[in-house]
Amino acid sequence: MAISIEKRRELEGLCRTFRRDVIRVLHERQTGHPGGSLSVCEILTALYFYAANIEANRAEDPNRDRIVLSKGHAAPMLYRILAEKGFFDPAEMHSLRTIDSRLQGHPCSHSTPGVDMTSGPLGIGLSAALGMALGLRCDGSDARVYAVLGDGELNEGTIWEACMSAAKFGADHLTAIVDWNGVQLDGTTEQVMPMGNLSAKFSAFGWRCIECDGHDIASLCGALDESRQSKGIPSVILARTVKGKGVSFMEGKNSWHGKPIGEEEFKQAMQELEAKAVCQ
Amino acid sequence: MSMTIREAYAQALVRYGANDPRVVVLDADVSGSTRSVVFQNVAPDRFFNVGIAEANMTAMAAGFAAVGKIPFANAFGVFITSNGLLSATAFGSYAELPVKYVGAYGGLSDSFDGPSHHSIEDIAVMRALPNVKVFVASDSVNTDWLVKHAIDDPSPMYLRLSREAFPDLYSANESFECGKGKVLREGTDATIIACGLMCGHALVAAETLKRVGTSVRVVDMFTIKPIDRELILRCANETGLIVTAEEHNIIGGLGSAVAEVLCGEGQPSRVGFVGICDCHAECGPYAQLQEKYGLSSAAIAERVRKLIKK
Repeated sequence: MAISIEKRRELEGLCRTFRRDVIRVLHERQTGHPGGSLSVCEILTALYFYAANIEANRAEDPNRDRIVLSKGHAAPMLYRILAEKGFFDPAEMHSLRTIDSRLQGHPCSHSTPGVDMTSGPLGIGLSAALGMALGLRCDGSDARVYAVLGDGELNEGTIWEACMSAAKFGADHLTAIVDWNGVQLDGTTEQVMPMGNLSAKFSAFGWRCIECDGHDIASLCGALDESRQSKGIPSVILARTVKGKGVSFMEGKNSWHGKPIGEEEFKQAMQELEAKAVCQ
Repeated sequence: MSMTIREAYAQALVRYGANDPRVVVLDADVSGSTRSVVFQNVAPDRFFNVGIAEANMTAMAAGFAAVGKIPFANAFGVFITSNGLLSATAFGSYAELPVKYVGAYGGLSDSFDGPSHHSIEDIAVMRALPNVKVFVASDSVNTDWLVKHAIDDPSPMYLRLSREAFPDLYSANESFECGKGKVLREGTDATIIACGLMCGHALVAAETLKRVGTSVRVVDMFTIKPIDRELILRCANETGLIVTAEEHNIIGGLGSAVAEVLCGEGQPSRVGFVGICDCHAECGPYAQLQEKYGLSSAAIAERVRKLIKK
């Protein structure tokens, strides 16, 4: 099933809102990670509003899908999307990273409604997602589990331990999505730790590998559809993205991994994000 | 002395877990050693051997827990509390997912493999994790209860087991309670608070001391966290001297936990510690290692004699 034009436009509109709201709250709070939040925007939007059967009013349904944001530093984007899904009031975004807030710096499953798995330390979210997938399968559920990974996170050896296990256990209801923005904290992924041919790597580990444009809703939804066809083996979507996507001076810059946004920078960022909203 | 602690654990896993669809068992290519293979034989659909990948195993276990399962993650104590620690911190401790971390070869029990395989800091490590309970199996009956309790109690917890058999302390129908130590022997002049292997040595030490007219109480503090504060304070009050005994580094384990209670409550009591004196042991026969590294009834009796009021 391909995504309809109407649905695609709706999701693109949501993404514009999410980007503006996230930049606004990160500026307001002067803490948090803009780069990775902007790059994962379409990925999370396609998951929550297209691929996964997750609704706030049936959060307790054991057969619903699950999403693990393994790159937990993109929490601001996840929170904005969960608010849009109705798990909490979008106004609560203002409490991000403050004392007594339900919105912790990294996702916390017992604090924030809608968060399926606590995350933050990189490298262990794929394993957790695999455990969830196998546990659901034990109960005869056909729910899918999606794990959203950073590309820098792939440096962690545990990711590849999880890859071996997922292939061994035939976890075809597990989909990993790599936010492949090519930039990590200290520099580009090529500078910090070249990962070589990711597609060949995942394939060699026994995974079905799908590449797509991680900022194109239709491309992402097509890849997610394809991953659901996987039989007997897990699948990974390598989604090409741009770190800081949508704000020109943040794009592709490792310095914007987790930097507070200044006044002038905020004005320019909002101008750019508003302009995109008008012309599209 | 009956069966080994690991065998008692495996039998209990089958007894309480084989017909409970919530129970899943994971192992990191040591299922023959941990004896989790016994569970695999009766419930292969709920057994997951992840290979030599403890970090992945404990994180997978958390995923199982997140969808309602009760996962037992098995490996040698030293490896599950090191390689397996990251997700124990993030998912067990922080997210409070009810993962059961099972350290199979506690203390020096994997004696011939040497210090790289000994586990003498596991209690300290796991005790420092908020929300995580810590238990040390003290005999086969106690081990059986620990497994049943692990299934009934929806908390993350660390179970420290042993490769070997320990002296029998309890009859088959003994009852236990989380947070309640067991008085194994009454006494009035001093209390030995022990766990695991050292309970047997403590009883022998108490018998030795009795012969010279010293009446020693012995407590099995198998429940390291939560610890039995009330019993510790009562023993301090009634006997005036507490000596702890553990198959663990002297830093951070049972002795530290007992001292934290006494100091925290401002309870006047002399305290002595028996354990491994901040060093690594070596390979060799288990009994000889215990003797050489101060894990013996003689070492306990000596410590009591030194500290007791003349």
